[in-house]
Amino acid sequence: MSATITTRQVGDVTVVDAAGKITLGEGSALLRDQVRNLLGAGNRKILINLGDVNYIDSSGIGELVSSFTTVTGQNGQLKLLNLTKRVHDLLQITKLYTVFEIHDDEAKAVRSFS
Amino acid sequence: MPGTLDQMLESNLDSVDSAENLCVDAAKQIGLDEDACMDLGLAVREAMVNAVAHGNKYDAAKQVRFVLETRADSVRIIITDHGSGFDLNRVPDPTEGANLMRGSGRGLLLIQTFVDEFTVKKAVAGGAEVTLVKYAISD
Repeated sequence: MSATITTRQVGDVTVVDAAGKITLGEGSALLRDQVRNLLGAGNRKILINLGDVNYIDSSGIGELVSSFTTVTGQNGQLKLLNLTKRVHDLLQITKLYTVFEIHDDEAKAVRSFS
Repeated sequence: MPGTLDQMLESNLDSVDSAENLCVDAAKQIGLDEDACMDLGLAVREAMVNAVAHGNKYDAAKQVRFVLETRADSVRIIITDHGSGFDLNRVPDPTEGANLMRGSGRGLLLIQTFVDEFTVKKAVAGGAEVTLVKYAISD
């Protein structure tokens, strides 16, 4: 399954629903473009929903990190929602699990944005 | 089931997908469970991306040699590129210090995590030759 990235607005938080493969040459570039577009449009509260991401590689993980640093560098907030076991394990292995604020309940996640 | 596949692959992402799929199929044949198959597939993907992107720099004139040896109890993959090679001991640890927030540099960590053996050496032609081994029964 190739990647799809869609967005929806919940209050002042933009939820980015990612699905499929977030890998080099597929979802990784899509995710980067989407986050850049959101920032360009003035959205600074971004919640990336990874619940339907069934596969991610080091490029995809790197893109999450790059997006995080880009958004926080522009005084924004980027958080993660609904990690699959696979993504959870990879964030643990790469010691990135504590870098991100991670939620498993969308409503609570949306409320957590200041 | 036992056998050896020896292919020359183009330096593109289609080759990465192809190599990964071949290795996952081989892993299934020797009885690895779904998670272990996915682990091996990811490790091979990372090694192939290194060869295609960092070694051969997507140069259409350069190919990647991909060898897949399937045995009753293991899968061995040898990937050789035509880059300048690398020293595994000199690769920065992506989990330490400022490296943690870099946008790249995690591929080798994932390879080492997901296979039972991983070795790197200089190929005769000068590039990197990496070997990945996954056993049917891991410790």
